Amino acid sequence: MKRSFAILLSNPMSVAGLILVSIVVLSAVFADYIAPFPDHRGAVVDFANFNQPPHWPNIMGTDLVGRDMLSRILYAYRISLVLGVVVLAIAVPIGVTIGLAGGYLGGWAEYILLRITDVFLSIPPLVLAMSIMGVLEPTLINGMMAVTAMWWPWYTRLVYNITRAEREEGYVLAAEVIGASKLHIMFREILPNCVPAVITKMTLDLGFVILIVSSLSFLGLGVQPPTPDLGSMVADGARYLPDSWWLTVFPGLAILVAVFGFNLIGDAMRDVFGGDQ
Amino acid sequence: MTPSSLKAPTLAIADLTLGFRSWRGYAQVLHGISLDIKPGERVALVGESGSGKSVTARIVLGLLQQLKTARISGRVEFEGHDLEAIHPAERHRLRGTAMSMIFQDPTSSLNPVFTIGVQFHEVLKRADANLTYEAAADRAAAILAEVSIPDADRVLSAYPFQLSGGMNQRVMIAMALANEPKLLIADEPGTALDVTVQAQTLHLMRQLVEDHGTAVLFISHNLGVVREFADRVYVIYKGRIVETGPTEAIFADPRHPYTRVLMEAVPRITGGGIPEIEEDAAGFGDPLVVHEEAVR
Repeated sequence: MKRSFAILLSNPMSVAGLILVSIVVLSAVFADYIAPFPDHRGAVVDFANFNQPPHWPNIMGTDLVGRDMLSRILYAYRISLVLGVVVLAIAVPIGVTIGLAGGYLGGWAEYILLRITDVFLSIPPLVLAMSIMGVLEPTLINGMMAVTAMWWPWYTRLVYNITRAEREEGYVLAAEVIGASKLHIMFREILPNCVPAVITKMTLDLGFVILIVSSLSFLGLGVQPPTPDLGSMVADGARYLPDSWWLTVFPGLAILVAVFGFNLIGDAMRDVFGGDQ
Repeated sequence: MTPSSLKAPTLAIADLTLGFRSWRGYAQVLHGISLDIKPGERVALVGESGSGKSVTARIVLGLLQQLKTARISGRVEFEGHDLEAIHPAERHRLRGTAMSMIFQDPTSSLNPVFTIGVQFHEVLKRADANLTYEAAADRAAAILAEVSIPDADRVLSAYPFQLSGGMNQRVMIAMALANEPKLLIADEPGTALDVTVQAQTLHLMRQLVEDHGTAVLFISHNLGVVREFADRVYVIYKGRIVETGPTEAIFADPRHPYTRVLMEAVPRITGGGIPEIEEDAAGFGDPLVVHEEAVR
């Protein structure tokens, strides 16, 4: 544990990632206390002060109905993070279980499970999510479902490949010989060997989920107004470029900070786990 | 120990055949193998790669029976019970308790993400499901002392990759004998280790099975090791037993043409190269040669 932290802190990029992610997480958690205008996350209008460039007290300017941009970005982080965590919390167990079962059981189970996975992988992710959102109502819950449906196959592929390699290791045969059940071997013997790779991918993916959810919102299929969302904020502001630049630049930067931060942490995770073996 | 002649043999295999069916056709691997091991006896099964040594071990453990493509016939009796006739759950209970196995590569046979202590606990839980970790650690320490590992605490809290190959091999032997099995199957143990460590661990294993009265099916291609370790030898060639008898008798007077060639195929320190073993040379198909048990 101590050694892991030492590796993490020895790399300036990892430290940068740690700082960026801390900013994102802290602003999401403490949005109620940091945001200068907490009530601006909802349907509030202030036409006396609309579409203003950055000035005090609206340091990132105001949007088209006079709401404080900074406050809305802080609350948008909260939604993005919750979405990212929920999507991964559903997609990862599904993907990992299918990957383990396919990789260890082999035969028909492998054939059927992996071909289903391939069907999902063969459809471009955004198109799949868009079609699901198009059929269903564009609500927050449906958005999560759509993104989850496109996310689990990647974990199936990852865990399947590790399982295929670990299945040939001596300790799996040793466990079979002493009479361990298939479930025990899958979840107690092989799964712990997949954990480093899965955690690394989860950290990287948290950033990408935020990006995908923003993309869906940008297309009008994600989080619906008046709930603040980074993607829809960029979409709304894009019509007023370049004059009202603050409407797009600040939410865009917010997306960049989150995605970049999680990517750096993901790379750091890879270094930490790589050093263990 | 009671006179072994009064008891049922620990393991008796009669006319065991094995074939694999695939879409390409049928491949016969074992052509009717018969062998038996008395309680406490050390029996070696010797042959070249692909002769059917390891599949025989896997059939005894019941690992190949699950395979849909495998076609098996013949009898495998463990302590007088036909393994095919007893309930699968019963057979499953035998594994890891009454029978256990040691593998070629000790380091890869231990899961890299768990400490030795945790893995020992798992093994001991096969016999006693309610065993606590502390109790398992005490039992493990006692068994580890028998394989000349005095600082059990350090080893139990270590991960497999923190120990040397020889240490891991000794841990594997301790684990295999932890539940006092009646039969231990050793599939080329320590082949992945260097020769001095291999000799050391084999010596330990020999002593342990002698102390515990465990019967051993020792699978190997290494004649030097077999000569040191086994009471009786079966020589297997292409799925058939070609010669069997007490170790001294076979080494003193190899009668089957294949056994003779096999004994010559040992590198000598004086050089001169290794003789080629031809496929299906004349005489390799000769009938089984049985050396009579010497009267002691």
